[in-house]
Amino acid sequence: MQITRTQRALAHITLTVSILLIVFPVVFALVTSTHSFQESFSFPPKFHVGSHLLDNYRAAWERVHMGRLLFNSTLISVAVAAGKIVLSILAAFAFTYFGEFRGKATLFILILITHMLPLPIRIVPTFELVEDFGWMNTYYALTIPFFASATGTLLFRQFFLTVPNDLADAARMDGAGPMKFLWKVLVPLSKTNMLALFMIEFIYMWNQYLWPLIVTQSNDMRVVQIGLKMLLAGEEQAAEWNVIMAGTILAMLPPLIILLILQGSFVKGFAMRQEK
Amino acid sequence: MAEIRLEQVNKRFKKHWVVRDFTLTVADREFVVLVGPSGCGKSTTLRMIAGLEEVTSGEISIAGRVVNQVPPKDRDIAMVFQSYALYPHMNVYKNMAFGLMNRGVPKDEINQRVKRAAEILGISDLLHRRPAQLSGGQRQRVAMGRAIVRDPQAFLFDEPLSNLDAKLRVQMRAELAKLHERLQSTIVYVTHDQIEAMTLAHRIVVMKDGKIMQVGRPLEVYERPANRFVAGFIGSPSMNFLNVRIAREGEDLWVDGQSFRLKIPRHRASAYRDHVDREVIFGIRPEDIKERTRDDLPEGVEPLRAEVDVREPIGSEVIVTAAVGGHSFTARVSPSMQVRVHEPIDLAVNMNKMHLFEPETGTALNGD
Repeated sequence: MQITRTQRALAHITLTVSILLIVFPVVFALVTSTHSFQESFSFPPKFHVGSHLLDNYRAAWERVHMGRLLFNSTLISVAVAAGKIVLSILAAFAFTYFGEFRGKATLFILILITHMLPLPIRIVPTFELVEDFGWMNTYYALTIPFFASATGTLLFRQFFLTVPNDLADAARMDGAGPMKFLWKVLVPLSKTNMLALFMIEFIYMWNQYLWPLIVTQSNDMRVVQIGLKMLLAGEEQAAEWNVIMAGTILAMLPPLIILLILQGSFVKGFAMRQEK
Repeated sequence: MAEIRLEQVNKRFKKHWVVRDFTLTVADREFVVLVGPSGCGKSTTLRMIAGLEEVTSGEISIAGRVVNQVPPKDRDIAMVFQSYALYPHMNVYKNMAFGLMNRGVPKDEINQRVKRAAEILGISDLLHRRPAQLSGGQRQRVAMGRAIVRDPQAFLFDEPLSNLDAKLRVQMRAELAKLHERLQSTIVYVTHDQIEAMTLAHRIVVMKDGKIMQVGRPLEVYERPANRFVAGFIGSPSMNFLNVRIAREGEDLWVDGQSFRLKIPRHRASAYRDHVDREVIFGIRPEDIKERTRDDLPEGVEPLRAEVDVREPIGSEVIVTAAVGGHSFTARVSPSMQVRVHEPIDLAVNMNKMHLFEPETGTALNGD
């Protein structure tokens, strides 16, 4: 079928509009973060770049100890993403390669079901548990409850199922025990999946707000999403949107950097698969 | 190098018996081929020798040591898989070195052994490539290289050539034979391809439904099949089977198919005296039915007139499917012969090469 000029133009317009829609909030945040307090309230909104960029970012940074918050968020996001990968690879390995144990299918379905329960439903029992352990206001509380991952287990299990059985047999003949097979064969083959999961889970954890809010009390244990809320200040005061937007941009940077770093190997990983 | 013994080996998956009463001794340096149709248990037998499958009952020993409870890695055998099972993320060198590294062989020696194996197989210039960058034949060589570097007591091959195209298969088959000569190792080889079995094996083990049908040298299995299954499985096109009676006329015995009669040569007839007037299955290979070119036929060769149904010229000869009465059979005739469909053809049957089988059991009647 020939693509007509009209169709082509239509496609371009649709794509351009979608991109503008997606980019607009980011650009608006970016522009606002350069305005003065007054400018950020002007109507109609101004779209020129203002002169208060440094002031706003400094204000955002200092007012809520953004450095500490970014550090905390990065630390727990990396820890959770890594923890999820390790646990779900091990779980998927057990589900795929360790023969038939009783209730295997049921157990797998149970794991999937946990995925369907959103955090707020689990939050009370988890909170009690964490409190009993004496983990309140620690990194343990911020990370360990998130380590189990149904998504990850499913992802790796589905991938392991596509790995030919002969490969496992060959490894056995080659004298590799189960863990060696996992480490030397399955893990290297799962690189792309691991990167994908890392990206998804990093951002998931980065955006957590509710759980960190209830298990941390001191300011040095807070995370960046709470910091943004703190920038909103009290009810009686007008929100300083220029500063808040500066904070938002700051909060966006680490995931963005991770995404950019991983993107390269991600694409490479997919290209590798094409070879097969 | 070592002897492999299987003693009354059985294998059951759930309620299904896959291998039954398998007893075989593979001599040191012997090349034994397990052959049979899909699902006959040949691969399972091989996997039991490898230790990849547990034995339900029976005993397997390698080099005089019972290995039933020994894990695959400690059996000192190497296996080549049908899918090659190369590690996709390792280059050729690492694929071959992996087994040695796991066994703690010193680096220098690994290097030496891999280089030597690569040389034998002609893949020295591929050592840094990944499996995805190799052709089917090259992957096959790497898979063999991975086995060779181990320098094991015995090699197990699981249909190693069936993923190759026809031309490459012939080439690799020849190379395998050469390799065995060079390595002088014990080999158990599984295939469903009877040509591979015939050309490579010292001895062939024909299997069906988990049981051994016959064990013997290739020509022995071809010339003296123990039963109808082996007779039909080995040889291509496969042997003709016709339901006949044995008739007596004076001193002579005849194969009587009602619409045709073929005299059984005197030197073979004596063995069938007990079967006179009994129903039997008459087996004759297509290559033992030729065109009849002259009137006087040599001793044991009988004339047969039939009508041509199908004619398949394959260049070197013509495969003719013909019928006489209700019996249909194939013959291999010379391309110089005029063969027309639906017209009669004069054939000569070499009765010296005939086989007779018991109708119910399919067992060969001892006529030799």
